Amino acid sequence: MKRIEAIALAAQAARAEDALLISNIGFPSRELFSVMDRPENFYMLGSMGLASSIGLGLALARPERKVMVLDGDGSVLMNLGTLATIAHHAPHNYLLVILDNCCYGSTGSQPTCTHLGTDLFALARAAGVKNVKKVDDAGHLPQAFQGGGVLVVKVEAGNAKVPIISLPPEEIIERFMRCARQAAPS
Amino acid sequence: MPDHDSVSGAANPSLAVYRGMKRAGINFAASVPCVNLQDLLTLLDGDPDIIHVPVTREEEGVGICAGAWMGGLCPALLMQNSGLGNSINALASLDLLYGIPLLMIISHRGGSGEPVIGQVPMGRLTVPLLDAIEVPHFAPRPSEAEKIVAGAWRAAAEQRKPVAVLLDLEFWRGI
Repeated sequence: MKRIEAIALAAQAARAEDALLISNIGFPSRELFSVMDRPENFYMLGSMGLASSIGLGLALARPERKVMVLDGDGSVLMNLGTLATIAHHAPHNYLLVILDNCCYGSTGSQPTCTHLGTDLFALARAAGVKNVKKVDDAGHLPQAFQGGGVLVVKVEAGNAKVPIISLPPEEIIERFMRCARQAAPS
Repeated sequence: MPDHDSVSGAANPSLAVYRGMKRAGINFAASVPCVNLQDLLTLLDGDPDIIHVPVTREEEGVGICAGAWMGGLCPALLMQNSGLGNSINALASLDLLYGIPLLMIISHRGGSGEPVIGQVPMGRLTVPLLDAIEVPHFAPRPSEAEKIVAGAWRAAAEQRKPVAVLLDLEFWRGI
């Protein structure tokens, strides 16, 4: 499956659950912006590696809200300690989705270590995360977005032809925070 | 908050910082330990009104604190100044880019009386690095720490940027 297909399914799941969605720097954020822009999306424009961490802090601050993170193999490898922190501190409302295309897709598709066999599913398990899932086909994805933990999704390398995000950082965060801080619907 | 009014900042520097954090309304903390932060970390762990997340690397803490603030909490990051070096990109391309406040409580090693030579390079570079990324910084004595820590968070929240409180070896000796 192409990454943008997985991102579209994740966006639909996030909308259905009224979830807050943190999206990784580079093409993943651009693809999400192009398939389903919502104010509940936080598009990262910098700080590669920290999508999972931003989502974790948010999930701890808003335990009544589902928080989903769209991360990549290269970014998780840059911040591997996050898996240990997630294992011991992430609440039930936190789901880290790792879209593993085995390469640094936004910089010319240079291979990452998952291309050589590094197994992020096994790493998450070994870090102590209780609920770790792995899905390789689109048919099983919607159900896999239910619940919390870590979900590893194998996707094809390559980026969709999508434009740059047209929102300035101030607008991304202000509209996101209005959603993140509002009381949960009763 | 426990009543510690009889304890002066000089007698207990950790308590003075803790009281400043409480006065500021800090209710979320991420940390990487330093030997000089151990009493403060124990105070945080004993406080049911502060969510404390020990992290594996300081940059990770910048990200977690950013998320906590977007969710409505008041975050602090406790670390050694070595961790500032690990955090520069996140402070710049996350906090400064989006306007995210953060209170950084930094044990400033590598200055006068430092026994570990490895601490000296970052000890010298800490203030220049903060100045380079235009992050305000304060270096209180223990007697004024409560007030300055509280004011540092207010400055961070008002200016929507990270602010650092630098606590050197003399501070932890109560000087």
